[in-house]
Parts: sequence; C-alpha cells; structure tokens
Amino acid sequence: MFPFLTVLVALPALGAALLWALPASALTRVREIALGITVVEAVLFVIMALQFDKGDAGAFQFSETYAWIPQIGASWALGVNGIGLLMVALAVILVPLTILAAWREDKVPARRRHYLALVLLSQAFMVGIFAARDVFLFYVLFEAMLIPLYFLIGSFGGAQRRYAAVKFLLYSLVGGLVMLVGVVALYFVGPGGEQAFLTDNLTGTLDLTTAQERLMFLAFFLAFAIKAPMVPVHTWLPDVAENARPGTTALLVAVLDKIGTFGMLTLCLTLFPEAADWASPVIIVLAVISVIYGALLAIGQKDMMRLVSFTSVSHFGIMVLGIFAFQQTSVEGAALYMFNHGLSTGALFLLVGFLIARTGTADVDAYGGLQRIVPVFAGTFLVVGLSALSLPGLSPFVSEIMVLVGAYPVAAWAVIVSAVSVVLAALYILLTYKKVFTGPAPEAAPATTRDLTLRERLVAWPLVGLMLLLGFAPAIAIDYLREPSADIVAHVTLEEADA
Amino acid sequence: MSFTTPTIDWAAFAPIIIVLGAGAAGILVEAFVKTPATRRTVQLALSLAALVASLGVIIAQWAALDGAGTVVMSGMATVDRQALAWMAILLVFGLLSMLLFASRDGGGAFTELGATAPGSVEEKLARRAGLQLTEVYPLALFAVGGMMLFTCVTDLVFLFVALEVFSLPLYLLVALARRRRYLSHEAALKYFILGAFSSAIYLFGVALVYGATTVTDVNMIGTAIVNLADADPLLLAGAVMIIVGFMFKIGAVPFHSWVPDAYQGAPTAVTAFMGAATKAAATAALVRVMFVAFAPLEWELSWLVWAVAIASMVYGTVVALVQTDIKRMLAYSGVAHAGFILVAFAGLEGEALTALPFYLLAYGLATIGAFAVVSQVRERAEDGGVGAEAVRLGQWAGLGKRSPLLAGSMALFLLSFAGIPMTAGFIGKFEAFSAAIAGGAWPLVLIAVLASAVAAFFYVRLIVLMFFTDAPEGAEETIAIEDGALTRVVIYVTAAAVLVLGILPSGVLNLFADASVLLVSVGG
Repeated sequence: MFPFLTVLVALPALGAALLWALPASALTRVREIALGITVVEAVLFVIMALQFDKGDAGAFQFSETYAWIPQIGASWALGVNGIGLLMVALAVILVPLTILAAWREDKVPARRRHYLALVLLSQAFMVGIFAARDVFLFYVLFEAMLIPLYFLIGSFGGAQRRYAAVKFLLYSLVGGLVMLVGVVALYFVGPGGEQAFLTDNLTGTLDLTTAQERLMFLAFFLAFAIKAPMVPVHTWLPDVAENARPGTTALLVAVLDKIGTFGMLTLCLTLFPEAADWASPVIIVLAVISVIYGALLAIGQKDMMRLVSFTSVSHFGIMVLGIFAFQQTSVEGAALYMFNHGLSTGALFLLVGFLIARTGTADVDAYGGLQRIVPVFAGTFLVVGLSALSLPGLSPFVSEIMVLVGAYPVAAWAVIVSAVSVVLAALYILLTYKKVFTGPAPEAAPATTRDLTLRERLVAWPLVGLMLLLGFAPAIAIDYLREPSADIVAHVTLEEADA
Repeated sequence: MSFTTPTIDWAAFAPIIIVLGAGAAGILVEAFVKTPATRRTVQLALSLAALVASLGVIIAQWAALDGAGTVVMSGMATVDRQALAWMAILLVFGLLSMLLFASRDGGGAFTELGATAPGSVEEKLARRAGLQLTEVYPLALFAVGGMMLFTCVTDLVFLFVALEVFSLPLYLLVALARRRRYLSHEAALKYFILGAFSSAIYLFGVALVYGATTVTDVNMIGTAIVNLADADPLLLAGAVMIIVGFMFKIGAVPFHSWVPDAYQGAPTAVTAFMGAATKAAATAALVRVMFVAFAPLEWELSWLVWAVAIASMVYGTVVALVQTDIKRMLAYSGVAHAGFILVAFAGLEGEALTALPFYLLAYGLATIGAFAVVSQVRERAEDGGVGAEAVRLGQWAGLGKRSPLLAGSMALFLLSFAGIPMTAGFIGKFEAFSAAIAGGAWPLVLIAVLASAVAAFFYVRLIVLMFFTDAPEGAEETIAIEDGALTRVVIYVTAAAVLVLGILPSGVLNLFADASVLLVSVGG
C-alpha cells in the first residue's frame, strides 16, 4: 500500500529543505512554491481520507511500522484512527491558509523564505505527531517541533517577541523533559524489546503499581496541560499571541495546542486509565477554572490577540472537561471541539491579523465604526466571532453542547458553572464587535478603506463554510469519532469496574 | 621474588604504537625540517596519516576479534571491544582537532616560539623572522596515544603512567596560545598544579587499595574485594581517592576548578580537543575501574556518584547561567555534562556500557564543533588585521544575519548540548537516563531532567543573541568573521554528524552494543 502518512510527513519537511536551498534568483517565487507544496499535501490527504474505512474508524489505518532505533525500542510507526485523521485534516487545511494569509507580510524575499520554510517544517511535525503510533516517536516530534516554532515566534513579530519565544520554549521544555522521564520509565515497565514504544504493545498491557501509574500519568499530563494551555500553566500563550505574527499564532493555537488535548485523549487515557480516573476530579476543577478564568480575562483585554488567546484558554477548558468526564458523548464532543475550535479560532486570529495589517494596531479602543467602511470584513468577523460564542448553526455549538450534555451526568456542577462561560463569551465577542465595527470612530482612528480582498476572502470563507457545513451536518465528522471515543471510554470504565 | 619479563602482544598494541611512534617521528621532523611552511605540511600529513592508520588497524582488530578480547602484557592491559570503541572515538576527536590545529585563520592559534616571554624582544624577533614552531602536532599525538592507552590499561600503576602520558602534553598545549599569552600561561600553570595534585591523590588511592588487596590488577581487585572478610576502611578510602582522580579529569564538581580557566586560556583548538577527548578518556577508565574493580563496592560508592553527579549538574548549570564569556559558559556546561555522565554510572547497569560511549561521542562532536565556531568569530585588531576571538556574549549579537551557516551550526551544537530531540545529544541523554533508571536511580534522573531544563536557558540565550538580536552599531567594523577552510570542514562535518546521530543513531548504537561487554580476566 502507498505509504500515505510517511509521505504526508516527508513532503512538507522536504519542501522546507527545498525552500532553504533555493537560489537567490528563484526567491521571488518562494510563496507560490510553498503554497504549491501545501496544496499537493492537501490533495494527497484527500485521496487518503477517501480510502479511510469509516466503518472501522476506531482502528489505526494506513499503518506503517519500520524499525527505527530498535536498540531503545523505538519504531517509525504511523497510523491514524478517526480522531487522528481529523487532526491531520486540521493541519492540512490551516497551513495553506496561513501561507495565503501571510502573502504580503515580508518585503524581503529572504525573510519570506525563512518564514515559509519554518511553517512547512512545523506542518511536517504536526502531521507526524497526530499520526504517531509510537510513544518515543511522538515524544521526539513533540520536542523537536519547538525548534521551528521558537524561530517562528522569535524572528517574526512584535517588539517583545524574543521574550515571548523564550517563555514559550522554557514552558514547553520543562513539560517535555518531565514527560521524558515518563517515556524512559515506560520502556522499563512496558514489554521492552525492539518495539517497546509501539502504542499497540502498550495499551492495556501495562502492569503497573498504583504509584507508578500515577507518577507516569502526571509526567505526561503536565506536558499536555502546558501545551493545551490550562490554568495555571497557560501564561505563556497570551504573550506569544500578542507578539508573534497572527499567522503563527493561528497555527499555534488552532493546530499545535491541540496536541495537548490529543495527547491526553490518546496517551494519558489509554495508557494510564486508572490514574486518569484518579486524577479526574482535580483536573475537572482545573478545567472549570480555565473556562471561567479565561473568559473573564478575555473580557478585560484591550489587545485583540490577547483577547482571542484567552478565549482559547476558556475553550480548551471545555475540551479537557469533556475528556476527563469519560462519557461517550463528552469525549466525542471534546474531539469534535478540537477540530471546530481549530477552524473558529484559526479564522478569528487570521481576521484580527488582517485588521492589524491594515492599521498596525491590535488595540480595541483604537477602532470604531468600521462596518460602514468595510462591510464584508465586518460581516465575516461577526460570523466567525459568533462561532466562537457557540451560536447554533455554526459547528462549535454542536461540540460544546455535546461536551456539556455528555458530562452532566457525572459532573453536573462543573457543567453548570461552565455554562456561564457561554454568557461571558457573548460579552467578550459582542463587546469587541461593538467597539471595533459600530458607533462613531474615535478621533485618531487609524484609517482603512480597504475591504476584505479576494486573497483574504479565500482565507476566511473556506473556514466559515466548513463551520456552517459541520454546524448543520455534524454527523459527517462525528462518524469518524464515535468508535475511537468508545474505545477510549471503554479503557477507563474497564479500569473503574476492576477497581 | 623472581622477575619474569612479560611477553608483549605487539599486534594488539599496534594502534597505540602507531600514534605514539608518529609523535616521536614528529619531534625529529621538528628538528630537521627547517622551513616553517613545509614543516607544517609534513607534520599535519604525518599526524593525519598516523591517526587514520591507527583507526584502520582498530577496525581490522574489531572485525578480527572473536570472543571477548585480548589480554596483553600478563594482564596489564585488555584490548576488548569496549576499549576499541573508546579508542576509535578518541581517534575521531584527534583527527578533527588536528584539522583545527592546522587552521591558520587569523595567523594560526599557536605562538611562534613558546619559549619567549610574552611581549619580549625575543617574541618580536621570532615574529619578524617568520618562525612558527609546530610542536603542537607531536604533542597532540602523544596526548591521543596516552588517552588510547588509558582506555585499555587494566593495572592501576600502568594506568597512572598512561594518565601522565596524556596529561603532560596537554599542560603544554594549553600554554601555547598565540594571543592573550599571559592568560594562556596562567591557565596552563593552574591546570598543571591541580593536575599534579589529583595525580597524587590517585596514587595515594592506589597505594591504599594495594595495601588492602595486595594487587594492582583491576581484574583481580574485584575478586580480592569479594574475598575480603569484612569491609576494609583502607580499601574504601583508596577506592574513593582513585575515583576522585578520574573525576578531576572529567571535570566534575568539586574537582572542576581548573575547567573554566583552562578552557578559557587555552588556544580554542586545544580547548576543543581537551573538552572532547579528556572527558572521553577519563570516562573510559572510570568505566573499567567502576565496573570491574569496584563493582562489589557498588553500594558503598553510590553516595559518591550521586553526590558528585548532583553537585556537578546543579553547580555547572547555575554558574553557566551567569557567564558572560562564551568559552567559560561552554566550560561550565561541560561541568554540568560531567554530572550527566555520572548519572549513567548509578546502579552500574550494563546499559551504561552502550550509553557512555554514545554520550561521549555526541558530547565530543558538539564540543569540537562549538569551539571551532568560537574560533571563527574574531575581534578586529587596531591595525585592521584579525585579532583575538570575540568571546564576550554581546559580541555574538546578530551573528545569524551575518553568517547564517556558522550561527546555524552553533545553534545545532547548543541544541545538542541541551538534549533536544533530533540531535545526538538527545539520544545520548536518553541512553544515559535509561541506564540510570534501570539501576533504580529515579530521583537522580529527575534532578538531571530539571537541570537540563535550566541548562536549556543559557544555551537558548546564545541562540536568541545570534538570531533575534540585531548587531550593535559598528559591529561590522569591530567583529570579523573568519572563513578558514579547514575549520569550516570541521564545523560542517561535526554538525552533520550531530544530526545523523540524532535522527538515525541505530548503526552506531549497534556498534556500541557489541562493545558493551568488558573482558574480565582473572589471573591472566
């Protein structure tokens, strides 16, 4: 069979190498080349997705397993189940749109080349992480991904970008290194041998003492909680969002941070179900705090990039709540929310980026009355904003409802408190819209007359279209998630029954 | 007591004899070839040929070795695969360092005439006459030969001879810097005095162990300890002193005080060689002593390994954070790495025998590469020529824009030091931590991991400087980027090796796994 996943990982990585190797004379075409690579990637992905057997979405498909470093039990093992497929889809959709959004960002072709090559490199890592079936491979990609991101944040963006890049790196490294202890330990408590890290060999076969399992769960969970920014380890995100380029932030929050929740779902819950069950009360409390705290802070923000990043802290809280409620519907909802949130937040960050590109400021108070001047921009912004506050008809609504309804039987209080965030979401989205797009413009308002250009429409509208499609026909995506979610829930409940 | 001359298996010693013999020949070349330019060429060719030939012999021996290995000189030395692996590593380091020694960017790294006083008339005359001594090549060959001997000797007294064979040339090499000569002399003197001190401690330890066990053969000490009726305080004190002697060479806290000064003062090419090779040789000897001679004392000695490992990791990391001199920063990072190396010794698990050669290979390659980069960033002298190295951190600001390949390679070496995946350093750390966890040293690994996270901060700080900070006004005038062909070769070769060992380490790991059995011959 054609090694789809390896090719999907290798293509953007080779593309990045190609961009760096381009002679100076070809640099004027660097955007077209990068976009072309991501389009080929998307086409390949679609061909693969069409062959995906939906009836068996719980199993890993397109599996490839090669010995990589057999001495330490590591394999190059890829494969996707329904959840993985959807996550890879998110990466494949958002990267070309980010490249299109950054079309006019750099004036110097050499800098543009660096930016695009780093974006392509991140795409290779993202696809690899979502498709990894080997814990060691997952870890290696998880950590190595920091390098392109670090340069993306630190080299391109606002005044405090160096500070933001170092903060991001140190948070991620601490999480990653603690996880490393868990990974090393996995080798010794697991079956060992040349395929010691293959998830198939680890799932359900680990025979751990309670203390071992809990410690290892915590080692993994900390890394994922930092990545999917949960209170209290979320503080790197607003700084990064404020200072990195909107395109970088869009990729980071819409796709990369999903690795955190993805890791919780596919590693924490399946490898350490008993410990996950043990930790769930505390994690649910933290999730609810994230939901409310993120939403409250979002209301107070003046900087739109910070604002959107705090809304994400809130939304990630909902996902974590859904995951650690261990109910079929809530887990399905959380997985679906991971995808929908990627579309919605990605679009929101990119739109704010378009606004900044016009005027040079992200300050809410600097704007006013824009909807008369740029009606299409305002309309698109409103729709995307409404998706972030989970308006029925747009896809995030479905997933949020699934999480809240699914989690209600086991954590009613958490659901009730979290539901308040819907009201808060209306506040932060609609207040922002009101300030920026309605009313009189302030005296020194930055002038802009340019409405959404064709290129910008090509970026924003496909995302809006997908949100509408999945808003009215969520079953298209849920079909992929039902079986994997059921498997995950079965792991945990089996352990509960044992205990 | 009768004295019998041991029969010597010359063939087994061939790799070492080739290197030491070339060193001796090099001294004759020094005396008889008059023109400096020709002499340099001859010396370089001789050194490279000797090292390559020695490497070839090692490969042949490796292939021919069936079973565990050869015992040479009635048990004075043991040539097994573990020893051959270490020798090969040392030869690779030697080869790369020779290229750095030969690099003539900025007028070369070494003084014209080591015997002249800095700033004296003689120095000026020597410079005007175009003199250039090339004794660094034979000295380095002696050092490499001594280190190779150090990895295979299995007798504590003979081990001392090997220790001095490689240490003495190193003391001299440190003193031979062309620029900042007082600093170089001071570094050499400090290194020499502390080195002599540690040699004395080592010898004292050997005497005590001999007193307790009546043998000096590493293999027989192990058996003798098992047969001892009860723990002998003499024995334990002797063992601790012997290990302390090695820890000095590795540069572990609290025996590290020579490291920053020697690294800073030595010519950068020598720092590269010293940083990579000394650590590897000393680790190799420590492996043999710990795993063979003192294995029965594992529990009694574990406190020492733990304490020194923790102290090195914590102290090295914390002090590196506040360094403003790049060579000193790398020196303290080396101290922290000494701690990581010792982590692998916790529990004395068999995994360590694969982990340690890999760790030292990864660390040494990155070290040689990093110092090679340091040697390329220069201050401009007042007369417009190329001056001393620009070692203040601030002088590296904006290097990424001026010289992306150089800065990119440096970033790669730093990431490898930090143990980021996809670099050799990560696999090395992973292996070392695995060995420690197999030995049950969880808490030690946790401390090591946290130290790694803190250490990442100062490696990253340099990356930030190189890539995200704009060069200060006038940097073009004050900072020169050298472009020495030989040095560039070393930088790119080590960078490629760090990447390959990080992504596809399995071939090398296989080799070291083959080498992970120590030949223990009792009474041989």
